[in-house]
Amino acid sequence: MSTRQRAVVVLLLFAAALVVSACAGPDHLDIASDPAFDSDLPQNALDPAGPAAQSIDNLWWLVFWIATAVFVVVEAALLFAVFRYRRRKGVDRAVEQVHGNTRLEIMWTIIPVVLLAALAIPTIATLFELRAEPEPEENALQIEVTGHQWWWEFYYPEYGFSTANEMHIPAGRPVYLSMTSADVIHSFWVPQLNGKRDAVPGRITNLTLEADEPGVFLGQCTEFCGLAHADMRHRVSAVSEAAFEAWATSQMQPAVVPTDGLAGAGWETFEILCASCHTVRGSSAAAELAPDLTHFASRETFGGATIRYTEQHLREWLRDPNALKPMRPELNDLSVGRVLGMPNLDLTEQQIDELIAFLDTLE
Amino acid sequence: MATLNPEVTRTAAPKRGGLWEWITTTDHKKIGILYGGSAIVFFVVGGIEALLIRVQLATPNGEFLSADSYNQMFTMHATTMVFLVVMPAAAAFTNYFLPILLGARDVAFPRLNALSYWVFFFGGLFLTVSFFVGGAPDGGWFGYAPLSTQVTEVVRMDYWALGLQIVGLASLLASVNFITTVFAMRATGMTLMRMPVFAWMALVVNFLLLFSLPIITVGLIQVFLDRNLGTVFFDAANGGDPILWQHLFWLFGHPEVYILILPAMGIVSEVLPTFAKKPLFGRSFVIFSGIAIGFMGFGVWAHHMFTAGLGPVAEAAFALTTMFIAVPTGVKIFNWLGTVWGGSIRLATPMLFSLGFIAMFVIGGLSGVTHSVAPADWQQHDTYYVVAHFHYVLVGGAVFGLIAGLYYWWPKITGKLLHEGLGKVHFWLIFIGFNLTFAPMHILGLNGMPRRTYRYPEGLGFEFWNFIATVGSFLIAVAMLVFFWNLYRTWRKGEVAGPDPWDGRTLEWSISSPPPVHNFDRIPVVEHEDDFWHRKYTTAEDGTAVAIDPPPVFDTEPDDNIHLPSPSFYPVLASAGLFITVMGLVYVPWGLIAAGAGAVITLWGLFGWSMEPLTREEH
Repeated sequence: MSTRQRAVVVLLLFAAALVVSACAGPDHLDIASDPAFDSDLPQNALDPAGPAAQSIDNLWWLVFWIATAVFVVVEAALLFAVFRYRRRKGVDRAVEQVHGNTRLEIMWTIIPVVLLAALAIPTIATLFELRAEPEPEENALQIEVTGHQWWWEFYYPEYGFSTANEMHIPAGRPVYLSMTSADVIHSFWVPQLNGKRDAVPGRITNLTLEADEPGVFLGQCTEFCGLAHADMRHRVSAVSEAAFEAWATSQMQPAVVPTDGLAGAGWETFEILCASCHTVRGSSAAAELAPDLTHFASRETFGGATIRYTEQHLREWLRDPNALKPMRPELNDLSVGRVLGMPNLDLTEQQIDELIAFLDTLE
Repeated sequence: MATLNPEVTRTAAPKRGGLWEWITTTDHKKIGILYGGSAIVFFVVGGIEALLIRVQLATPNGEFLSADSYNQMFTMHATTMVFLVVMPAAAAFTNYFLPILLGARDVAFPRLNALSYWVFFFGGLFLTVSFFVGGAPDGGWFGYAPLSTQVTEVVRMDYWALGLQIVGLASLLASVNFITTVFAMRATGMTLMRMPVFAWMALVVNFLLLFSLPIITVGLIQVFLDRNLGTVFFDAANGGDPILWQHLFWLFGHPEVYILILPAMGIVSEVLPTFAKKPLFGRSFVIFSGIAIGFMGFGVWAHHMFTAGLGPVAEAAFALTTMFIAVPTGVKIFNWLGTVWGGSIRLATPMLFSLGFIAMFVIGGLSGVTHSVAPADWQQHDTYYVVAHFHYVLVGGAVFGLIAGLYYWWPKITGKLLHEGLGKVHFWLIFIGFNLTFAPMHILGLNGMPRRTYRYPEGLGFEFWNFIATVGSFLIAVAMLVFFWNLYRTWRKGEVAGPDPWDGRTLEWSISSPPPVHNFDRIPVVEHEDDFWHRKYTTAEDGTAVAIDPPPVFDTEPDDNIHLPSPSFYPVLASAGLFITVMGLVYVPWGLIAAGAGAVITLWGLFGWSMEPLTREEH
């Protein structure tokens, strides 16, 4: 390539970089400045924080190094052959017409078989170990997970409450998830705690999570589930046993519906516009088509854990949810229980102020 | 090498036909060119889709595409590249060269061959039409139920289900044709074990098509019925099972991976010996490992479903079968190394792409082994790690192999050599661009980035490698522009190739470039594998090759009675009817009128076909 052609290529790449950097939208999640995440890679499968993820990680590095060794040998042999045996200008070397070598064939069949057998044994052992249900004496916490387009429902059967997208678990104790889906297939994945597991309509699948230490672990849906698949995130907060019990006890409490002031007016709006999909325990709102909002204000995030809970974000959301998270509310059919996202309710600024005041009471 | 019979070159240059001649042609070479041209056009379409995807993902919270457009783009990028690029590109080479490599004058059923192409053409057209009538399919190329059967108000996934059905039908028709060609049309002395490896791989591929396509056909019919007639095959609430679709899809989908890669393996097995001046090392091992891969390819499908909840016994079984399919694949790679080892390697462009194929396919194969470790796959599944893996197999592997084939056979097809300098620029640009694009995706996936996500938030650490991948993708685009420039330049003023520009080993190099309509003046009598090489060389006592001097002259008195298939209008008519039928089926119920009309046209085409006189006057 001439210098001019090279310059054109560089310019084109530069122009492309400019175009794409102009396309970045606003960030509503603010992970980078969240003190809960001290890692640059808070969703990293190579940074295990629990026993299951650790077993997988051990297996991964085993296969990684075997594969790397094979890679180096094969690529080196290829490069060597090409440089050693390439035809030099003007030299027409006589080439021996070799047709094959049975001994070599047997060798390069047997060696991979041995390597793979060595890999197969720990693979199968780990597989059965990680697929086993926790022993009763481990006193695993039970959580029923239901995937929805596009949010997660976490029901704690021992306590009798539901939350959305944010799962709280006790650190150091196994958590046994029983998962299904209300609509299409989703997949639950918190890379630092375990591999992923699909949530399939009509079936129950299981996954054991356990965090060694307290911390917040990020994850997201990994089975393509339609329009807002990318915006179906979740987070797992592992806390001490005492903190978990305190949290669960407070989540069990019903809400106290405000009767006066801005929040009271907000409840009236909520009852008319929101109660056809959402539940607030302790009130007349009891529909189960969208996240349970009984303790909405105790959450860090909303909108499939893709939007940090701030008043400003909530205001933007209530103005038009689909501007922050594109969904398909035009296809909602409440009579058959089909909800594909929150519609724009065309709220007035007054109604939005009232609703925010009401939602803020749902500690 | 010397032209064996100068007369052949002079008399046989086929005239460039008009549009009508192309539409009605039953010549396997013309049909091959039609397949190849279509594949290149769709490659541009699928490539633009890929670039749009990469621009969207270059930055966090990308707003270049909407979520809706993005989902259409990744669905159509995969659908286009698999069904409308790699499969027809392989079909192009198989069409053009399988009969010639076997020493035949055409395929077994020339009109069926034309029908295959036109059904494919209208299937591709049908899928493309969807962009202009309210949006392209957006449920993924794998169309997992019940997502694919969920929103029946929007017809996008009807286009997908019917479009795949049509292009699948095209491949199914072709498979019958090619298998019959291999078993019935070989020249005297062309025993199965003397067949070139490309012909062998084509045979395996077409058996894979024959046995795997009916499975997806059943699945797609069920999707269509669930969507349009209210059946509940995949509806769990009414007793159906979404996992059933995954079994059907991957029982087709995994053999499909080998359908995509084996033709490239066949091409590489032809190119390496030619440019290393040595026969293929362990020829029979390469052939039998290809057959083994074909068989084993039907026994690994559930490794796509390691996270679906099949239970530990099934997961363990499929982990083992997946590990052991690496063995025959490894045998192939080692034999290719054995082929270049000790050769006299000429680094022309076809050879560069073939060596690039080996280098990149090794990476894709090894990352495939990491998937077979099922617990590790629970982390990798549906992340960018998988995207990296299969692009190393399908681009670094299949596409590099097909491009090698294009540079290798272009002079045979057109009579002109592609420019070597531009070819080398093409190779290095695409090699660097490809690795810049896809190597970072391994890291992204392990760092937790799922696939099929139209945006990612800041702070997850995905920014840097995504930007690098986008830069790489544009480098690939630049490389392809160089390639297209090379095609154009060669068309205008390419160097004349002659019949045997690479000192080839197989029968296609024994005839003129481009070949005469009837391929061979006299059907060759084959005495060796690599028969044409043995006509030019003998082996000395120390095992080295010695050119026969002077070059032998063969009796090439043309056969008296060369029978060539007549052109026919009926294949394209029947295919057009099918297009109208599926267009109508999308818009049930009122579209049923169009569907009926289309069915009548198809029947008319088939009826006219069956009544067509067997032979016409030679023109």
